[in-house]
Amino acid sequence: MKVTLKIWRQPDAASKGAMHTYELDGVSEDMSFLEMLDVLNEQLNGKGEDPVAFDSDCREGICGMCGLMINGEAHGPEVTTTCQLHMRSFKDGDEIVIEPWRADAFPVVKDLVVDRGALDRIIQAGGYISVNTGSAPEAHSVPVPRDDALRAFNVATCIGCGACVAACPNGSASLFMGAKITHLGELPQGQPERDTRVVDMVAQHDHEGFGGCTNIGECTAACPKEIPLDVISRLNWDLHQAMRHGH
Amino acid sequence: MTDMPDTTLTSDPSHDAPADHGDDAAGYYTPGAPIADTKAPGGPIDERWQTRKFEARLVNPSNRRKLDVIIVGTGLAGGAAAATLGEAGYNVKSFCYQDSPRRAHSIAAQGGINAAKNYKEDGDSVHRLFYDTVKGGDYRSRESNVYRLAEVSTNIIDQCVAQGVPFAREYGGLLDNRSFGGVQVSRTFYARGQTGQQLLIGAYQAMERQVAAGTVEQFTRHEMLEVIIVEGKARGIIARDLVTGEIETHLADVVVLATGGYGNVFFLSTNAMGSNVTAAWRAHRKGAYMANPCYTQIHPTCIPVTGAHQSKLTLMSESLRNDGRIWVPKNKADCDKDPRDIPEEDRDYYLERIYPSFGNLVPRDIASRAAKNVCDDGRGVGPEVEGVRRGVYLDFSSAIERLGVDGIEEKYDNLFDMYARITGENPYETPMRIYPAVHYVMGGLWVDYDLQSSIPGLFVTGEANFSDHGANRLGASALMQGLADGYFVLPHTIRDYLADGPFEKVDESHPAVVEAKQAVQDRVTHFLSTKGTRSVDSYHRELGNIMWEYCGMERTEDGLKKAIDLIRTLKDDFWRNVKVLGTAESLNQSLERAGRVADFIELGELMCIDALNRRESCGGHFRGESQTEDGEALRHDDQFAYVAAWEFAGDDEPPVLHKEELVYTAIEMKQRSYK
Amino acid sequence: MAVSGIIFIGFVLLHMYGNLKAFSGHDAYNEYAEHLRILGEPMLPREGALWIIRSVLIVSLVVHVASAAALWKRARRARRTQYVMKKNNASSLSSRTMRWGGLTLLLFIIWHLVNFTIGKVNVSGGATNDPYNLLVDTFDTWWMTLIYLAAMLTLAMHLHHGVWSSAQTLGLTNNTRARRNAKTLGWIVAVVIAGGFSLVPIFVLAGVITK
Repeated sequence: MKVTLKIWRQPDAASKGAMHTYELDGVSEDMSFLEMLDVLNEQLNGKGEDPVAFDSDCREGICGMCGLMINGEAHGPEVTTTCQLHMRSFKDGDEIVIEPWRADAFPVVKDLVVDRGALDRIIQAGGYISVNTGSAPEAHSVPVPRDDALRAFNVATCIGCGACVAACPNGSASLFMGAKITHLGELPQGQPERDTRVVDMVAQHDHEGFGGCTNIGECTAACPKEIPLDVISRLNWDLHQAMRHGH
Repeated sequence: MTDMPDTTLTSDPSHDAPADHGDDAAGYYTPGAPIADTKAPGGPIDERWQTRKFEARLVNPSNRRKLDVIIVGTGLAGGAAAATLGEAGYNVKSFCYQDSPRRAHSIAAQGGINAAKNYKEDGDSVHRLFYDTVKGGDYRSRESNVYRLAEVSTNIIDQCVAQGVPFAREYGGLLDNRSFGGVQVSRTFYARGQTGQQLLIGAYQAMERQVAAGTVEQFTRHEMLEVIIVEGKARGIIARDLVTGEIETHLADVVVLATGGYGNVFFLSTNAMGSNVTAAWRAHRKGAYMANPCYTQIHPTCIPVTGAHQSKLTLMSESLRNDGRIWVPKNKADCDKDPRDIPEEDRDYYLERIYPSFGNLVPRDIASRAAKNVCDDGRGVGPEVEGVRRGVYLDFSSAIERLGVDGIEEKYDNLFDMYARITGENPYETPMRIYPAVHYVMGGLWVDYDLQSSIPGLFVTGEANFSDHGANRLGASALMQGLADGYFVLPHTIRDYLADGPFEKVDESHPAVVEAKQAVQDRVTHFLSTKGTRSVDSYHRELGNIMWEYCGMERTEDGLKKAIDLIRTLKDDFWRNVKVLGTAESLNQSLERAGRVADFIELGELMCIDALNRRESCGGHFRGESQTEDGEALRHDDQFAYVAAWEFAGDDEPPVLHKEELVYTAIEMKQRSYK
Repeated sequence: MAVSGIIFIGFVLLHMYGNLKAFSGHDAYNEYAEHLRILGEPMLPREGALWIIRSVLIVSLVVHVASAAALWKRARRARRTQYVMKKNNASSLSSRTMRWGGLTLLLFIIWHLVNFTIGKVNVSGGATNDPYNLLVDTFDTWWMTLIYLAAMLTLAMHLHHGVWSSAQTLGLTNNTRARRNAKTLGWIVAVVIAGGFSLVPIFVLAGVITK
């Protein structure tokens, strides 16, 4: 099949970018979306044009490196990552608009590549349990109710791709943050730092320039791991509790 | 699925008879002096690690912050080491090519992590895990290292649970275990099908905590392109900032490579797109020995290639083989038919036919090779790619009849979904198609018991080293090794080396630094100024085809010699005719790949030489010339019970082979059988 | 935001209850209006309770508007380069119109106060000192009723998202069921309040409620 691609091209962070149009023929519906871009890049390389820069690594939907805004939807029309999106989701003759994640906290590095270091810094602020190597007690010393462990796991599946931020009309990273707070907050091991964790992470989130949450729900719809909005409620609950405890 | 009953002892002369052949790789290498590990203490195997930990010298806490440690790679082995050394108070600099440490490919491991906790009271123990691992590796690993791995495995689980890794649990709140890869005890801890992800996030969070504490400095989108050796010791790296293109010098007292495996030498593999050998290969060229590079694990249950555009392969858990039946049509004419229209009598359930007792559950390498054989025979299914159908059916219809759609859904739902998403076919209705793919490499940089390479001050951990898996790796042991090295082994052994530090400061104007930096600069300039006609990817794809064809599931003397010739021609063409656009001073993904492919080409040649030299079949390495009358793998312990450690001797010189004899004191060598 | 919003919900419920007194006729309605002014006497001066309520409402309004403005400003700063193409897949229209809808309501409230409280404007030119008559005169004018009904629709949308959103912000929706319940409550509150307020204007216009 043949598709028309409108792709954001921007040589580097400092330069101004613009949409460019490319026609691509011979696209197979078995190709993944990124393989389609690989083919485009091979052709651009052949013609002596700079290939389109985009991020991807594992290409099996788990590392969270890829992420494109495709026809106005984070990761495109399916509930999955960009690398797991296949061309059979498109039709012959389709026009496909491809843009980078847009958020001031995610500055564009080049073309479709953005810098998501802000998410790392939110984790640095408190997204962990403080336990030095070797100081851990025997694993069975603290039983964890199965349902708690399951709930923790379900939200710990967050891959940190940033689709929630990209889809959010407010540019908020609350779903990302809530997922971590819920993951650690569900487990007994996460209790000692529960108050400081949420306070510090929220402070860092706001400092990074992410928007505030207005519970619109675009984030969860775009999330390839289907993290539910509950985690934001949990974040808020923990934040109120922390404030009550004097943080 | 490498753990199978023993039937034959090595004393059986039929297996130990010296093969009638000369030195296959003669002329392709230079024999070198034997090497040996000098760090493992003697004595009973279960006391060696305690002894070594005690004997390894301590570093005064106040001295630690004066000691700079560079760690390249942020997977389980690198991330865990960065966190632990940071906690101990060293000055750690951590590097990764991805945009965040959390992306490292450890994240993609599905199955689980082994540990000898014996929570099930089913007869597991440290010794049994040790025994299973050595046996699974087909007696080609170093026993002291493997014993230590089994020993620290239990600490890993404690550590991860404390970090908040949400392992699967039973109703009583205790940790659940499953049996994995055909072993007879339940020792695998798991977090649904995403164990690697959960463990990596745990290590990542521990590392980010140290970043916040100021003990670890993280350099993302940085690629190590050279190691700096000063007076025989590793003292730093040259890295390229992938965003600005700046070539940076980072100096330290010690360098750790935790850069993962090199499966991408096959172009198509289950590795991440960016996984590469460059850091390890640059170290190899500077003096680090590369051990057993030909040991590759090929996983039988991957989703087949659909076309020439394919960029990577996706693994599906081999638990699928518990309920799926593998078959191909008996007649070539049926290969393009709808499988549901092929009657039972025209189907060849070849694994059940050839291996009646194990059937579809034969070890990974057997299942993989059998699939290749039927496809080479022209009976493969699925789309034709370059004239061959490479795929076999994995059929769940009888399991669906037995367990119902609900039963299958409960067990395999996410895998079926993944399959449907990638192929566009519904596996509840039509049989899945699978084909083997490169998944893991057991080979890697040679290290001693301390995980130190043949370059003093250069340590290698995780998949990047060769040490623990011998010629084949057990399921759920990769995660165990990565975390064992990172959390519990390296932090102890590295201190013995650092106790001599801080070493005399190296100046950036030191000739060794200048030379390393210049070499990197020259390579970048070369790629950008070649202005040839072929893209980097086209070379990589061609290299992959050569490796897959001749150094894949079955290797032969003729094939390997042909591959070496082809690779040498390819290498020559690559350096003269590669086309890399763009500039050196910006994000340039073609340029990054060019450097990686250049190193893959050289590695590919060494892998073929290693495979050529090892005229025996062991673990993941199957030599056509070394099989039983039934076509099964035949090991030659009398000739090849050694680690082949290769030394780089120069660009146009054959590599030097150093042999490390493998001596087993705590275990007896046996030949496996699965008929 | 959530707390001030909930105060408003409490207020409009009370207000709606009062409005429905119109169905009981001229005297009952005016008596209720008068009672509001003498509530709490003699402990409080005349209109004392009313002013307490008014103060709470004014503070709430300031907090509500200030938080909304802050969130709006943050959102604008969080994405200064807009998408060429952006789809909304999950969000309700009400959630996306909270800001403009809120502004509309603010304008409406100002007019509403001018109409009935501060200015007492009778668009029919009749007397303004009799609350019941002022009410009937106002809604006898078709375009006034239309304005009020439009405002109620806006209020319904604001409440539909606002109720669920405040539950979420207060951290009360930590699981799927609580989330579903909060969303259902949003619908109920929206329909009850907007519907309840709309009854009086509609019945006035229809000639059921007359002077």
